[in-house]
Amino acid sequence: MSGTLEVLSCGPSVTVQDMGRRGYLAQGLTQGGAADRLALHEGAALLGHPPTHAALEMVGTGGRFRATVALRIALTGAPMTATLDDTPLAWNASHTLPAGAVLKIGGARSGTYGYLHVGGGIATPCILGARSAHLSAGLGCALAAGDALPLGTDSGSITGLRLPVDDRFSGGTIRITPSVQTDQFDTATQERFCATPFHRDARANRMGVRMNHDTAPFMAADQLGILSDVIVAGDIQIAGDGVPFVLMCECQTTGGYPRIGTVLPCDLDRVAQAPAGAPLRFAFVTLAQARSIEARAIAERSALARTLTPLLRDPHSIRDLLSYQLVSGAISATADPFSTGEP
Amino acid sequence: MSQHDLPAGHGFPRIRRVGLAGLLVQFSDVMEDAANCAAIAFRAAVDAQNWPEVHETSTSLVSTFVSADLVATAPEALREKLHALLATQDWHTAALPAGRTLWEIPTLYGTDAAPQLEEAAQAAGLTPAQAIAELSEARVRVLTIGFAPGQPYTGQLPAHWDIPRQQALTKSVPAGALIVAIRQLIVFTNASPTGWRHVGQTAFRPFRPDTAVPIPLTPGDEISFPAVSAAEYARILASDTTGAGGAQSRVLT
Repeated sequence: MSGTLEVLSCGPSVTVQDMGRRGYLAQGLTQGGAADRLALHEGAALLGHPPTHAALEMVGTGGRFRATVALRIALTGAPMTATLDDTPLAWNASHTLPAGAVLKIGGARSGTYGYLHVGGGIATPCILGARSAHLSAGLGCALAAGDALPLGTDSGSITGLRLPVDDRFSGGTIRITPSVQTDQFDTATQERFCATPFHRDARANRMGVRMNHDTAPFMAADQLGILSDVIVAGDIQIAGDGVPFVLMCECQTTGGYPRIGTVLPCDLDRVAQAPAGAPLRFAFVTLAQARSIEARAIAERSALARTLTPLLRDPHSIRDLLSYQLVSGAISATADPFSTGEP
Repeated sequence: MSQHDLPAGHGFPRIRRVGLAGLLVQFSDVMEDAANCAAIAFRAAVDAQNWPEVHETSTSLVSTFVSADLVATAPEALREKLHALLATQDWHTAALPAGRTLWEIPTLYGTDAAPQLEEAAQAAGLTPAQAIAELSEARVRVLTIGFAPGQPYTGQLPAHWDIPRQQALTKSVPAGALIVAIRQLIVFTNASPTGWRHVGQTAFRPFRPDTAVPIPLTPGDEISFPAVSAAEYARILASDTTGAGGAQSRVLT
């Protein structure tokens, strides 16, 4: 496809995101990628393309977009108001964007990160093996009015599908596993950590999310004596003032603050999406539980296509939907089209 | 809640789990040159195994991180493989991997371009001229890379360079700044505030996202920072289009 998606206007934090890049940790660059990984899988299920395809990540608010050719799009992540030439569009659904029509995406009704997917993916050039902007590293930049985004080849044709989505946009309980320095927090501190209601601070971004609380600071046994070591997305770092930060996909590669635990990867989307002020709690699970919870989440997201339903409740228009191949080629709604895995 | 799945064990090396993201092999809990070499050598050994469950590896100052899929692979199974590999030799005396690069990065010491040379020299008990001579002749190793892409933490300098960070941060030093503290030298990737002292300025850019080799340095590489005159530095700056900053490099054999 030779068309482009034009950015007519957009919020301050709209970037191209995919699954990020592996292979550069040793040289100081973390994986980055979409803050809400599940949203990429949902967009991929709706459009019948691989979840590694790049989409637009919109923080808090979207923008106005116009395509030079007819496009299939999907909207996932934080639900935002969306209209196509002033006709409201359903979120968590796929639609056709006719050539020249204006897609308007407004503010988030809940959550933080909304996603606009296009059939075949956004096809900006890869830098270090990925299309993701990694702003904290200085890779790529936020989109601005006047940008024209190249589009990948779309092998599909179906739109008008909806995905049922559980609410992960308003905080909740976050499951964590013990990690490198959990033992440096005494049992009473760990128990208090899990009993404490937190609220997401207004300060939160793709590097980290600060967790406010009204109780005493959380301190490790040797709070300042820790040598810098590897940190990973999901680590809950206790800064010098005793306030926890959940490290996110664009965190640095090393850090010297103690970490009380690590958020399960499948719950990190919920942390990312929690809007300012949202209530959050943390709960330790055992390693065995963590592995089985994560395995179940991976299985569920690879089977997302099975949960697609027609957007229009017209049984005559899309009868026996799931028996049809949803895109040209060998992909069907009941098979796992992504069994080749993500990078 | 303790980390029951992995016995703590006494001494080093020890293996810790990093969430579901991988396992960490720690060779010390303080910065020691031998432990840094061990981490770099062990990382190369893990890479050479080509284990399918391993995504990638990295090193911090004294540890090797093995990023792996701990959902599909039991952490215990990977831990046993790492233990077996650890047992094959004393990693604290292991040879550093072959194929590392030696870099010579021309550096303008002092002047308005690097205004804290005199202060740092004094903290190290040296005259400015002695400090320039020592820093020019030192051959340091990339201990680790972090804080920003490609940004090297190098060392170790002689013991009298164990100078503390400043109490107050310098508001900003430019990209390419050579800064010193705690027996280490850093070349900054980006302009940034710092508590380390700005003793030299280079035109070397540790991160060049638009070039064929975006991140030139790797942990284990060696670097010297030979002094150049202000005129020579200006010439390098004017003619450099790549971010190499006039650096020469050769592969260590």
